[in-house]
Amino acid sequence: MKVVLQNLTKKFPNRNKKLDDVIAVNDFTFEIPDGQLIGLLGPSGCGKSTTLNLICGLEKPTSGKIYFGEDDVTDLPPENRGVGLVFQNYALYPHLTVRQNILFPLQNLKGKDKLSKAEMLRRADEAAKLVQIEQLMDRKPAEMSGGQQQRVAIARALVKMPRVLLLDEPLSNLDARLRLQTREEIRRIQRNTGITTIFVTHDQEEAMSISDLIVVMKDGIIQQIDKPQRVYDDPKNLFVAKFLGTPPINVFKGRVRGGQLFLGEDAVLAVPGVRDREVWVGIRPEGFVPQKAGPLCCTLKAVEVMGRDTSVVIAHGAAVSDPVRAIISSDYAVTADREELRFALKPNKVFLFDLQTEERIPFTAE
Amino acid sequence: MGQSKDYERIELGALRRGRIRKCLTYFLLTLWALIVLFPFYWMILSSVKSTAAYNAEFTPSFFTLHPTLENYLAAFQSKDEPLGRYLLNTLIFTVITTGAMMLVIIPAAFAFSRLQFRGKNLLFALFLSLMMIPNELVIITNFVTVKTLGLTDDGGNALRHFLGLILPSVTSVFYIYLLKENFEQIPEELYKAAKVDGTSDFKYLTRVMLPISRPTIVTIIILKVIECWNSYVWPRLITTKAKFFLVSNGIQNIRESGAGRDNVPAMMAAVVVVSVPLIVLFLIFREKIMAGVSRGGTKG
Amino acid sequence: MDKRNAKAWLYLLPAILFLGVFMIYPLVDVVVYSLEENFESVSQSYTGVGLFNFSHVLRDPYFLQALKNTFILVVITVPVSTGIALLISLGLNSIKPLRNLYQTVYFLPYVTNTLAVGLVFMLLFKQDDSSLGLVNLLIRALGGTPVDFINGPYWAKMLVTCLYTVWVVMPFKILILTGALASVPQTYYNAAKVDGTSKGRIFRRITLPMISPMIFYLVITGFIGAFKAYSDEVALFGVDLNQAGMNTIVGYVYDMLYSNGGSYPSYASAAALILFAIVLTITVINLMVSRRTVHY
Repeated sequence: MKVVLQNLTKKFPNRNKKLDDVIAVNDFTFEIPDGQLIGLLGPSGCGKSTTLNLICGLEKPTSGKIYFGEDDVTDLPPENRGVGLVFQNYALYPHLTVRQNILFPLQNLKGKDKLSKAEMLRRADEAAKLVQIEQLMDRKPAEMSGGQQQRVAIARALVKMPRVLLLDEPLSNLDARLRLQTREEIRRIQRNTGITTIFVTHDQEEAMSISDLIVVMKDGIIQQIDKPQRVYDDPKNLFVAKFLGTPPINVFKGRVRGGQLFLGEDAVLAVPGVRDREVWVGIRPEGFVPQKAGPLCCTLKAVEVMGRDTSVVIAHGAAVSDPVRAIISSDYAVTADREELRFALKPNKVFLFDLQTEERIPFTAE
Repeated sequence: MGQSKDYERIELGALRRGRIRKCLTYFLLTLWALIVLFPFYWMILSSVKSTAAYNAEFTPSFFTLHPTLENYLAAFQSKDEPLGRYLLNTLIFTVITTGAMMLVIIPAAFAFSRLQFRGKNLLFALFLSLMMIPNELVIITNFVTVKTLGLTDDGGNALRHFLGLILPSVTSVFYIYLLKENFEQIPEELYKAAKVDGTSDFKYLTRVMLPISRPTIVTIIILKVIECWNSYVWPRLITTKAKFFLVSNGIQNIRESGAGRDNVPAMMAAVVVVSVPLIVLFLIFREKIMAGVSRGGTKG
Repeated sequence: MDKRNAKAWLYLLPAILFLGVFMIYPLVDVVVYSLEENFESVSQSYTGVGLFNFSHVLRDPYFLQALKNTFILVVITVPVSTGIALLISLGLNSIKPLRNLYQTVYFLPYVTNTLAVGLVFMLLFKQDDSSLGLVNLLIRALGGTPVDFINGPYWAKMLVTCLYTVWVVMPFKILILTGALASVPQTYYNAAKVDGTSKGRIFRRITLPMISPMIFYLVITGFIGAFKAYSDEVALFGVDLNQAGMNTIVGYVYDMLYSNGGSYPSYASAAALILFAIVLTITVINLMVSRRTVHY
């Protein structure tokens, strides 16, 4: 089922009535292809949960349309949309067993959709099998681990055979190890069922690792929609560049003169096709290559050995971000007793942004 | 060497002082326990002494060698003070009042905790301010109201009389408040999940909220049952005929009328019968009752 | 939106209806009653509007007696019961074995019918031709002169009233105070012990400040409760409290409302409002004092 959002906008009245409305979702237009896993990514308060609530029908948009396939579902109540919803804290009914929890949505069906007892049980077992919790069916939520509870929540969302599955921060309440496990589990279930799935997260690593497409949002506005690798390699603006990647991108204030990028007095990179101007310069940590006669000269502050790589903390007069961090291969022997370090830059790891709009300024690398 | 001797002496001294303190503590605690329990002992003791034996004792004795249950028979068989009738009346009153109150407060607490509507905060503030109003202030008009509506026992109509007994006490702002607080602790996500699954508000209330809030609901029921069982003032105001008395009024009547004077053991038997149900209830639900009372019950 | 509003009000309707009829309307009405002069309950007529009812009540010797009794009761039972409850709770908090048993026993009076147990107290303290009564047996054994606490002198009747009131209110106070004491974090005590702080100092400087909010809560509810004393007195002395000279303000209200002498809702209302004013004043004073002294 493909999902289409068309000029979707949601305003909330401000609590202080004299101020303007808060725009949680601002003029969203995008299409989610059938059977894909989409990550809605952004810092808290960016409107991603509101978007999810609009899609599942818990909230009504101020304007705009939502289509599931060809059907306009904008004004349908949630129960008629055929959506499954999974929450960060699982929202399992604490007084019901796993089986009763999974059965709960089916028991709400009325009229011609009503199922026989046997059919309900069969579907519940099927859903349980899919998420591999068959052996836990008679337990209560409090008797299970967080990861198991999350599986039950997914089973409960899947049992109705939804057209669209929505996951709201599904991994945030799990510890690091379980998060990795459950992440793969979600991916597997999504592949097996082929249900169009939208999931919300503030964790860029999580979004990168399992999504087919990432939607990066900020202040209710879509910043970029792309495949995970593209969002990282080809950020549309400074916000996207800063939001993705650990350690984060290093930002400098630079100048372009005669096709050369200057950081301070160092001409560090050729940037053909860019007119003379001041720019924000983003350099990914892995974009630094130590070189005896490299053009970029930095003060060395600390060396952190991480095994495969070495993380080098450096300082430079033009740097805006503090600290500046470079990740270099441990083949280069860098010791902390040196005062200066010189680098060359990998052109595809360097991005230029407009000083005012913070939009990306393209240049053709040699 | 001399130093370790000192330590030993300090240790011994501390040990001795600790023991004395402990003994004193237990002595005081036991003393108060005896003060609490003694009336109950005396009540039971007096109720199993034969009437003749009791009347013969000018100086009361602390035990009896010939316990008898005849006083209980007498208490139940008395024509003027039908104890069985009192118990039945109280049971009916307690069950209906508690049930009706739950039917009133559950939807109200649900509306305050879960539904959005205009004027909610204002109305809730109004409800809260009503908690400060003492019963004594409103009982006067209620008495007149109930009398005007003909809901006292003057006409001898049991149905009307019970309505008059029950109606003024089927709402409790405090319990609405208690339940609302409890409902609000149920995570918002459960409601959303239920909405997405197409659960109606009413079904959400009965299938999800009530089962989850069961401990609080049980506590409220128990507290209300205790309150009903012991209510005295209101029933006394609107009841004149002995066959409509509740236990408190019955006991008072037994005391005021002749029986209390010449048959103390029978009176004590009645007192035991009236006290036992609540004590049993308490022993069963001890923890629930104590937790519930410490969360907001008062007495006085 | 309107449909949602309507549904919410529907859920609230029963509560609003009952509260309206049995709480809000009576609140207005009680003021009206108290201002209507020479109200006749039979003809529902009155001759004027004014403060006559209040001045009548304030000059009524029965009311003044009730006022005096209530005040004595409040002044004695609130501090005494709070003090003993604190002592017992401290004791309870310091022991492990049998603690649950003691707690259960101490709570018993809360769930018993005060009228029923009041009768037992009456028997214990009474002295008449047929029986000496247990308390007087003890007094005689200790070399004192027996007194009839139920039909005897005023001080004796007041004493037994106070004793019974304390017996009745203790469970609630012990429950609240043991809860408060148990919630003081053990780390404070450990820290104090390591510093060599004496037991008395620990109590004064740590325990008492930490539980002071609860003590004030108990004092306030204690005041309010004691001012409303009535059924305990009925249990001890019978319904005709005026004759016994042991009436209370609440008792006076009910007597005015409904007694052999007929029904005077105006006087009852005036007396109830005076009671409410007293309770409100004392509560406000208490709150003001507590804001200054409670350390939270």
